[in-house]
Amino acid sequence: MGLIPGSKTKPPAKYSAAGLLWRGLRKQSWPRVWREPEFKDTYDVVIIGGGVHGLATAYYLAANHGITNVAVVDKQYLGSGGSGRNTAIVRSNYLTPEGVAFYDRSLDLYNSMSNDLNLNVMFSERGHLTLAHTDSALRTMNWRAEVNKLQGINSSVITPAEIKKLAPSLDVSTDTRYPILGALYHPPGGTIRHDAVVWGYARGADAYGVDLYQKTEVLDILCDGGDGPDGKGPGGKVTGVRTSRGDIHAPIVVNCTAGWASTIASMAGVLLPITTHPLQAAVTEPVKTFLPTVVVSGSLHVYVSQTDRGELVFGASVDPVATYNMGGTLEFTEELAGHVLELMPGISKMRLLRQWAGLCDMTPDYSPVMGPTPVDGFYVDVGWGTYGFKAGPVSGEQMAACVANGATPDLIKPFELSRFTEGTLVGEKGAAAVGH
Amino acid sequence: MLLVPCPNCGPVNAADITYNGESHSRPDPKTCTPEEWRTYLYLRENPSGWLVENWYCSSGCRKHFKLERHTLTGELREPLLPGSKPGATKGDMK
Repeated sequence: MGLIPGSKTKPPAKYSAAGLLWRGLRKQSWPRVWREPEFKDTYDVVIIGGGVHGLATAYYLAANHGITNVAVVDKQYLGSGGSGRNTAIVRSNYLTPEGVAFYDRSLDLYNSMSNDLNLNVMFSERGHLTLAHTDSALRTMNWRAEVNKLQGINSSVITPAEIKKLAPSLDVSTDTRYPILGALYHPPGGTIRHDAVVWGYARGADAYGVDLYQKTEVLDILCDGGDGPDGKGPGGKVTGVRTSRGDIHAPIVVNCTAGWASTIASMAGVLLPITTHPLQAAVTEPVKTFLPTVVVSGSLHVYVSQTDRGELVFGASVDPVATYNMGGTLEFTEELAGHVLELMPGISKMRLLRQWAGLCDMTPDYSPVMGPTPVDGFYVDVGWGTYGFKAGPVSGEQMAACVANGATPDLIKPFELSRFTEGTLVGEKGAAAVGH
Repeated sequence: MLLVPCPNCGPVNAADITYNGESHSRPDPKTCTPEEWRTYLYLRENPSGWLVENWYCSSGCRKHFKLERHTLTGELREPLLPGSKPGATKGDMK
């Protein structure tokens, strides 16, 4: 297929220390970061979902492929879904060669992002520890370390004594219920400010002429020629979307909606291998910095990192029952507190400030679903489960290439929707999830 | 907390029993194509609305039963054991 590049391409305006001083001295305010565009009814590409994935796709379509007649629609404000609810951890120490190559590219993009987008995303490369509490977990860590090393990723298994040196607050003694036997140490992993990533991509895409529609809900996807009712379903093609502000005509629609992926895909008559589960997270009151690395424990279903403000951010595994409800539960708080105190008994007096939940689109093999669907012009970048944030930049880059060239790039070929009917799954459960 | 009305044990905490996901009729493994079988295995409706799903009372009566639940509001409709008719169950139907 292939799209024709547009003419409006200019890089975003510069933020700099000199600019800050100049405006500060002259008491000037900053211009709006992105426009509130007039509603237009025809685009080359419509992207549903204004989170990291959707905005990165829009940005790279404009920056790498010159396609700027693009609209991003979101039913809420930008970054209101998973992009603003995750625990902001990035890493590339996955289990399958496909997964490792993919996430490593993402980490590269995160590394240079502050420069590329001219916005400080506060990437803190602080190291990432995945604890092993059982022999089988330790074996998986060794396996992951070897797969990682083969692909040039800095990742190794370390002993409890070395863990104690890196993170002195962890209890590495042998008289606990689940003693720490070792850990997979991944120095390039770390945390990043997730809102800044969203704003950076939104600002970049807007400067290239992409229209960002907030508070615009997609009610239906318009199709033609398919097997199902209203021309939807396999064999048909997309002609546009019906939103709460009116119809938008577009030959290409990209679904980047995470937890709501199935509801959007069903509007085009496409079935996805996805169930939606909430993942709960919590944050404590701020204290002095004492935890220098990100700590993850698969057996105890918890991951912990300390923010620059000093708050401890906790995440857990997804709730077992599928639901679109983002309410918190007492079971989560109880379990989380118990597990965290097994790892770090010293923080028992800390208080939780708040808890929240985000919706995760879980796939059977813990790998995403990317690329074309049986409906022509309808693309998906979904199934990102609990690991979508760390893959945002590379997904955007690859989806942009996929949409612009009309062919799936090699890096995301293994993640096509067709793998579920062909039976070629990419099993990442051993490295992607904490609840196993 | 989601209270699940087990037809035998009455209301139980969803965290105490096993959730087995969407309820689908299984194609005949002897006659269906590999594609049909994988569609049954992997593809899901996953609606934001009413959904018939399978539960297993793993820490109680160890029976499998179906339940219709609204996946956004958490409202429940009457539970059905496989083969039983609506209204024929004896659990707590709140």
